[in-house]
This record gives sequence, C-alpha cells and structure tokens, in this order.
Amino acid sequence: MDRVNRRGFLECMAWVGTGVVWTATGGVLSSRVLPAAAAEPAAGSFSFVQISDSHVGFKGEANKDAAATLQEVVTKINALPAPPAFVMHTGDLTHGQKPGAFDTVAELLKGVKTEKVLYIPGEHDVFVDGGKEFLGRYANGGPGWQSFDYKGVHFVALVNVLKYKGEHLGALGGEQIAWLKQDLAGLSNSAPVVVFAHVPLWAVYPAWGWVTEDSQQAMALLTRFGSVTVLNGHIHQALQKVEGNVTFHTAMSTAFPQPAPGVGAGPGPMKIPEAQARPMLGMREVRYVVGTSPLAVIDSTLA
Amino acid sequence: MAVLVVLATAGADVRAVPAALVDIQDSNYLPPTLTVPVGTTVRWINHDEETHTVTSLTGLFGSAGLDLKEEYEYTFTAPGVYPYTCDLHPHMRGTIVVN
Repeated sequence: MDRVNRRGFLECMAWVGTGVVWTATGGVLSSRVLPAAAAEPAAGSFSFVQISDSHVGFKGEANKDAAATLQEVVTKINALPAPPAFVMHTGDLTHGQKPGAFDTVAELLKGVKTEKVLYIPGEHDVFVDGGKEFLGRYANGGPGWQSFDYKGVHFVALVNVLKYKGEHLGALGGEQIAWLKQDLAGLSNSAPVVVFAHVPLWAVYPAWGWVTEDSQQAMALLTRFGSVTVLNGHIHQALQKVEGNVTFHTAMSTAFPQPAPGVGAGPGPMKIPEAQARPMLGMREVRYVVGTSPLAVIDSTLA
Repeated sequence: MAVLVVLATAGADVRAVPAALVDIQDSNYLPPTLTVPVGTTVRWINHDEETHTVTSLTGLFGSAGLDLKEEYEYTFTAPGVYPYTCDLHPHMRGTIVVN
C-alpha cells in the first residue's frame, strides 16, 4: 500500500537503512523494506537503539542459549552505519535473576560501540527480591525511573514492574506519576518526547497481563506534546499503535518470541525450533531527524 | 466385621493421605481449585518453559521461581480456603480448599 506523497518520500529517504521502516501517514502506519545505504546525517540528527527481553538464563525449544543471541544482537548494533548515541534495554535482562545472569548481560553489552547503555527492569529482573539487586546495580538504589535530554529530545524511562505482586498487572504508581508530571512541566509542546517502559503503556491484551493499569494517567500528561514515541517490551513481538501525536511500539525480544495476542492458550515462549524463532528476534534502531516527526523506527531481525 | 474395623482406623491416620498434584500448564493452575483433607501435601509441577511461582495471597506460603519441570510442595495443616497466584503472571489464580 503506497500512501507516501513526495514530501513523505523525501522524509523517508532521510531514514534509509536496513530492515523495516515504519512511517505514519494520516494516523495509519505502513511499512516498507528499504535497501541498506549509508545515510548522510543532518545536523542535530542522531539515532539510538532499543533492545529488550534478553532473558539471559532462559533455555527452551526456541532458544538454547539466550546469551548467544544477545551477543549476535551486539554484533548487529556494531554493524550499523553510524554508532547509536546510546542503547536502552527495556527490561527482562535476565530470566528470573539467576546467579551470574546480570553479570553476563553487563559483560556482553560492554561490547557495544556506544556512549552509554541504560536499563529499565522487567518483571523477571525483580520478582525474586522486589528489585533490590536490579536497582542496586542500575539505579544507585533509587526508584529506577529517570529522564534526560539529548539534542533537544526529552527521554523518560519508567518502571512499571515493581507493583506486580498480588493483584497488580503492570503499574506505575502514584509517586512515579507525580514525578513524571513535574519532570514534563517545563517542556515546550514542541519538544519531542520518547518514553520507555517494560510493560506496554496501552492495553495490548489485558487477559495476558499485557497492559499497565494506570497508564492513562501518564498518557494524559503527554497529550499536549506534538511528538511522543512510546517504546515498550514485555510481549516479545513488534506491534504498533498510533493515537493522535503518540506512536507506540513494542519490541521484539533477543531471546524468544511470544504468540500474537490471544492466539493460543497463553503468553509463554513459543515452542518452535530455533531456526523458526530467529526471524522473530532482533533489535531496533530509532532515528531522529531535526524538524521531522515522528521518529523513524527501524526493526531488524537475526534472520 | 474385623476388616471393617481395620479400614476405619486407617482412614483416621492423616499421614497416610497421598500428595495432591497441581499442574502448571500454559500459564494455568490445573485444576484451578483443588479440594483436599487437612494434612495434605500439595505438589505443584511446572510444565511451562516460562518461569512461574506459587505465591499465597495471604503470605502463608510461596515458592521460588520454578523453571520447567521444577516442583514446589506445601503441607496444609489447617482447614480453610487458600488462594494463590504467580508473581510473574498476576492473572494466574488458583485455590486450595482444605476441609
């Protein structure tokens, strides 16, 4: 389906790269595969990488060695035409906090050619000890949420897996939402905002826990901005949704795929041979070109 | 007559009651509700590649993360209704009813 007019095409050409480019035209997302070519970066433009759900420690039919596929993803990131400004891991670094797993993730990601690697937790990283190990490692023992600005883009990293015990699904909590409100307060509506969180911030499939129960309160704080990109993990597949100026993307896992919403008995790892799983694993490059909206999201797979 | 007396005595010995089983399959506890007599040891077995826990909603009992084929046991010594869930999948719900 070719909905791109001349201006859209020129915008597309600024985002040429390997893999699949998602572009939004009139609120409808369409994708096309573009050939690999070295892009001339416009001044002030940059890219970053999102990886998710590496589940180091997992061993199942779809993947006998989650550390090995994470290493393959590191190699892929290092093969990008331009190094990313940073890499954000959107959680489930480990598969159940097994001893040594966090160390393995950290060691592997030291090999990425980038300025910094950032992490937010998934539920697998915190359920054993309520987040003590993760937050000690990656948040100086603080709450784990943070924000920073880079070349005019405001980045927010949220934690929505620390209220999991008992009845709760993904949840942000009142303290974090209050923090987010004051964090965004000084920003102009034209500042592009990127929000990271492990569990999706839209109701992908609540019956399987693919929802954040208080995400509406956070999203209400974001509606005034002209460009909001929400990048989530947790569901081990790339889905997209557009709501006004907000574009949501969930990410593939680097370890194993999960079924489409509602397809099959449950959300667990797909039981398929490794060769069949590889095309469903991968990473994502996100490119910001000054003055354009939305950000270009480029997914690429291991096979 | 003597045989009937022996059987009645054996029924009163709660330590002879066998373990009851709950299978964790496709992110479900099967059966979702299990009714057992006082003194029963319930055993949960995880058949999923995904990690699950068995966590009491009242804090009475709780397993570590169970990988594929790993098991957890708890012995119920008082009558009551004991709901539980999985720390990783809060939509999972099971109940042990102890008479």
